[in-house]
Amino acid sequence: MNLIEPLVKVVLILAVMLTLVILLVYSERRISAFIQNRIGPNRVGPKGILQAVADVVKLLMKEDIVPKNANKPIHDLAPMISIGVAMSTFAVIPIGGTMVLLGQSVRLMLADVNIGILYILALTSMGVYGITLAGWSSNSKYSLLGGLRSSAQLISYELSMGLSIVGVLLIAGTLQLDGIVQAQSAYIGGWLPAWNVFLQPVAFVTFVVSAFAETNRLPFDLPEAEPELVGGYHTEYSGLKFGLFMLSEYVNLVVASAIIVTLFLGGYSVPFAEYMNLSAQTVSLIQVLTFCVKTAGVILFFVVIRWTLPRFRYDQLMDLGWKVMLPIALANLVVTGFILAAFS
Amino acid sequence: MLESYIPIFMMLGAAALFGLVMVKLNEWLGPRRPSAEKLSTYESGMEPVRTARERFSIKFYMVAVLFIIFDIEVVFLYPWAVAFNELGMMGFVTMFVFILILLVGYFYVWRKGALEWD
Amino acid sequence: MIMTFETVLFYFLAAASIASAVMVITRRSPVMSVLFLIVNFFSLAGLYLTLHAQFIAVIQIIVYAGAIMVLFLFVIMLLNLGDEQRLAERISYKKMIAVGLSFAVLMEVLYVVAYSGTEFPTKNLERAVEIGTVEYIGRELFTTFLFPFEITSILLLAAIIGAVVMAKKKID
Repeated sequence: MNLIEPLVKVVLILAVMLTLVILLVYSERRISAFIQNRIGPNRVGPKGILQAVADVVKLLMKEDIVPKNANKPIHDLAPMISIGVAMSTFAVIPIGGTMVLLGQSVRLMLADVNIGILYILALTSMGVYGITLAGWSSNSKYSLLGGLRSSAQLISYELSMGLSIVGVLLIAGTLQLDGIVQAQSAYIGGWLPAWNVFLQPVAFVTFVVSAFAETNRLPFDLPEAEPELVGGYHTEYSGLKFGLFMLSEYVNLVVASAIIVTLFLGGYSVPFAEYMNLSAQTVSLIQVLTFCVKTAGVILFFVVIRWTLPRFRYDQLMDLGWKVMLPIALANLVVTGFILAAFS
Repeated sequence: MLESYIPIFMMLGAAALFGLVMVKLNEWLGPRRPSAEKLSTYESGMEPVRTARERFSIKFYMVAVLFIIFDIEVVFLYPWAVAFNELGMMGFVTMFVFILILLVGYFYVWRKGALEWD
Repeated sequence: MIMTFETVLFYFLAAASIASAVMVITRRSPVMSVLFLIVNFFSLAGLYLTLHAQFIAVIQIIVYAGAIMVLFLFVIMLLNLGDEQRLAERISYKKMIAVGLSFAVLMEVLYVVAYSGTEFPTKNLERAVEIGTVEYIGRELFTTFLFPFEITSILLLAAIIGAVVMAKKKID
């Protein structure tokens, strides 16, 4: 069996992710500066575009401080878990159909496995350990409290996330992400693309809110609520180990946006492309571009929200998760199931 | 079947390797000038008092237990959703009863105040 | 014997699961034990994959490694369990009984595997790939095994109530 092709794809995923994150950090800082009427980074490189690169190099050259009472092996392991989980999630997301490259047709996803979306959920549930262990191993009060709060938050919102996915699965009838995208390329009433955002609006809202909570973005960035917890679970981290937590946060943001696009916004499918008489190669090129544009749009939404809304209080956050999101997601599921069963 | 998982193993391996290399690279490139103050844990500029690993609120334990139970419920929903087209109305009723029984537990937890955080 | 990819993978995962299981019971720090138990669950999930049981493999990770071990970690952190020395039992007859029982189980397993002449399946079912998919499990679970499935909800309900009752004294 051909091992070169997946290897190339794996390296590409890692490289593209890193580049994206570097661009994303820069653009987020510029956008936040714009929103807050500041200038933002503008010294390193043209318009400050190399600022994030400079930050990475700086972090790489910094001292790696491990507190005296900390548990060194676990202290090292925690950021590795975080970044490893964040990076691997991309493996099952399709960024396009098939494309002819260098004379052979290549599927534009790493692995199309039967359990597709469950692989993503399994990795999401592993992400909890990076944060919990970081908090515990540092042996600092702020870290421990931050890590605990954060893991309780993550597992709470994992439930509503899982439940909102079930609504999509009821319609698509498969766990394979490529199949879910295919199911969305039909039309409702002949003109509206059958994207799940139109078919499952409630699930879309609960999923997006849970995605915000899972990626620790404002208004859900309780794990590192500075006024209460200093740095939260990464208070005692320095150098690139701290950088890896930051990196995995941004990778998670990109991956979450890609998942939202795949599950709810039609993935790489381009509405009405089949009426335009384009060659297969052009279509797949447009599909990849569409996927990128959609994902960038969702990322922009995440960034703008971050600089617009204030932070929740912890009890509000848990109330929202357990008393609002969970029942809504469950009710949506029951209603969807009933409608599908009654009208099929 | 197993072949379709090879790329996933490769991805997991590569991502883990990336993390390891980064951490080790930083250890190797960065300076090492430890001092007693630098190595003590941060506590708003005070001398750290006792250990951080104290007992904490039982509510976190409650959340974890409830999470397990509802997670198992959600796990049952995936095969149900995928096979839904073939199961039809019967499948819906089956799952409705299942969810109803668990809802009893959910409201019990709510009434008992296990979901309160103040 | 020809070493196929599957056999190599099987021996690797089997070795990993045994090694991690040994590490679980020999580590002093309970947190390290939890970590090795997670490694163990991952190798078990891998073993399920070699049996083409894709759904079970991923559920093993989501439920055991992702949910139950979080609770373990919380409990260890909650009780602030220190190193095991402090917890070690002074009375050694319990240890003797434990060793005796484990030995008996080991003998039993060895007997079944080596002497009793029990027939073990030597290769996967031809339909193994089909049976392992989510679609097949969904169909079977909600038709043939409907009753056990519904009973599960009662079990989960009991677990919810039990958890609340146990923690309740503190919450009031």
